[in-house]
Amino acid sequence: MAAENSSNGLAIRAVQLTRRFGDFTAVGGVDLRVGRGEVFGFLGPNGSGKTTVIKMLTGLLPLSGGDAWVEGFNVRTEGEALREHIGYMSQKFSLYDDLTVGENLEFYGRIYGLPAERLRKRIDDLLSIHGLGPYFGRLAGKLSGGWKKRLALACAMLHEPKIMFLDEPTAGIDPVARRHLWDLIFALSGEGVTFFVTTHYMDEAERCSHVAYIYFSKLIADGTPSALKALPEVSPAGTRRLEIRAPEITRAWHLVREMEKVRSATVFGESIHALVTDPFDVDRLKSELARNGILVSEIRPLTPNLEDVFVELTSQHQAEMEAAHA
Amino acid sequence: MHDAAGGAFRGFGAVLYKEALHLRRDRLALFFAIFMPLFQMILLGFGIDTNVRQVKTIVLDENNRVESRQLIDRLRNSDTFRITGYVQNDRELNDAIVSGRAKVAIKIPWDYSDQLSKRGTALVLVLIDGSDSSVAGQAINVTTAIGLDESLRRVLTDRQSLPVEMRPQLLFNPDSRSPNFFLPGLMAALLLFVTTFLTAFTIVRERENGTLEQLFVTPVKPLGLMFGKIVPYLVVAFAELCLFILLMVTAFRVPVHGSTLLLLVLSVPYIFVALALGLLISSKAGSQAEAIQLSLLTLLPSVFFSGYIFPRDTMPLPFYLLSYLVPASYYINITRGIILRGAGFVHLWKDGLVLLVMGLALALLAARRFRAKVIAT
Repeated sequence: MAAENSSNGLAIRAVQLTRRFGDFTAVGGVDLRVGRGEVFGFLGPNGSGKTTVIKMLTGLLPLSGGDAWVEGFNVRTEGEALREHIGYMSQKFSLYDDLTVGENLEFYGRIYGLPAERLRKRIDDLLSIHGLGPYFGRLAGKLSGGWKKRLALACAMLHEPKIMFLDEPTAGIDPVARRHLWDLIFALSGEGVTFFVTTHYMDEAERCSHVAYIYFSKLIADGTPSALKALPEVSPAGTRRLEIRAPEITRAWHLVREMEKVRSATVFGESIHALVTDPFDVDRLKSELARNGILVSEIRPLTPNLEDVFVELTSQHQAEMEAAHA
Repeated sequence: MHDAAGGAFRGFGAVLYKEALHLRRDRLALFFAIFMPLFQMILLGFGIDTNVRQVKTIVLDENNRVESRQLIDRLRNSDTFRITGYVQNDRELNDAIVSGRAKVAIKIPWDYSDQLSKRGTALVLVLIDGSDSSVAGQAINVTTAIGLDESLRRVLTDRQSLPVEMRPQLLFNPDSRSPNFFLPGLMAALLLFVTTFLTAFTIVRERENGTLEQLFVTPVKPLGLMFGKIVPYLVVAFAELCLFILLMVTAFRVPVHGSTLLLLVLSVPYIFVALALGLLISSKAGSQAEAIQLSLLTLLPSVFFSGYIFPRDTMPLPFYLLSYLVPASYYINITRGIILRGAGFVHLWKDGLVLLVMGLALALLAARRFRAKVIAT
């Protein structure tokens, strides 16, 4: 793989990755660099091209343009060799419901051609890692959602892949299973396994060492969570973010939204996150709300969270697109 | 192990192992593979008799003399007719047919015996319900034959024997037993359906569940996957064929006149056609329900245009030509040829060859469609 020296140290390198379906561009010119051992969170609304990117990187879908290397293997030309080194858990990774936990593992082990002895060992290890031991003889179809995910993950990593692609691994599973899954991801990434994870949960994104956001086929954010929060586009000059705590949060939000110099306002639990233009008179906001019978309990400056980042970048990108169309 | 070595068939052993487990657990597949053939055999082997016998017959005997009663006895003795009642007038006679109480109504006029003794022509009216063509045909033949026979006897009183006598001899199925006719055909229809259905089902199910996509990110090779999935069903189809032949020979007493080995050998290309057809269906069907419908669609021409039930030779030309495209046509020729007529390889190799070519063409088509579909999704 000497030819791919340029991607040394990188688990994934994509250059102008593009996929078209007829006239529709699902992924347009995406550049990615993911280092070995990173937990890379790939975010974006439904239909924005996340799964298409994964399918191209795993060799399931041919590229319409650009190029990509995964673990140094070119996905266009070395798909076969690549498959030995990647694990993929698709959104609806399904197991064979009429096979037992043990049989599912055994099948995937045989697919990868693991020698019998090593397969035994791997199955034993994975059963204990995932706590699946007691369910060894149970039909996969009889497991609950969280346990199915664990089994699916175990099947996908039986051959000790260097990189794992997990497409919405935590969708539809309970909080305990979610926590367990993320603990496992970090444990493995500590051992050098790279994770490429898509998710809709911001708390999961915050835990990633590297996140990227794809919006309508284009990558509009790429970096560490802290770097993204510090982006000047997210907090434009002359603006600042405020967190406003108040009762009757919905009514307060309606009022705040309509106020002068408030660029955007979003409800987060019991508080409002507002982006305001300086100079902003906080006392005027308080008195305005008081006039409507709402007593603000606290107002404090706020650093943007990842959701703020994505909401802001998305609206800017949308404005740019609309401007381009006009 | 073969898998670890890789090669074009990589994954074959693993997929084979998995399919065998599926088969062991899948009640529906087992039901289709084993019980459906049994049910159909029993239905067609014991339940259906195409030979027309004991047709319900009503008689209006206006003559009511020795001669007329002799005629009635002859009709009764033919085994074709069963006299279920006598009526007194034309209206009742007609009514018996219209109401469906009888399929045949015979009127012997009051002057029957007089005409016989006068050497005139005695007329006998035979009313036949034409709504069932095989019953009607048999009734016409038998009554005409009895009439002719009666006439000849009376004309040829001076001679001991008839100048010409036709002696038809039914070869291969001397008793005209229905199982002999139906079971070799049923074998073709059943083998096709079960194999096509199971093959299409196993692949469509994986696609529907998303496991097929999962398999494509593993190092399993397309050939390994295909053959791993097909071979178990090939074994099932073959076992079913053996079970079928065994039951046919023992329970239904249909002997195999030719070589059973040749029958098994020539069944292989037919099973291959059925498997390829299953693959083709799986490349087209998006869901399991669709796969079942498409499988049923392949069954219909195999039943109606293959000669299984209706003879191919009497079909209108377009259908006759169509029957050449139906794989079951060739296989039924093989099964009936070997089982009933004792035909050998020299008589049947062409049918085997056609099936082999059909199977290859279908398999290639399926492989191409499959690749296109996999890449597109």
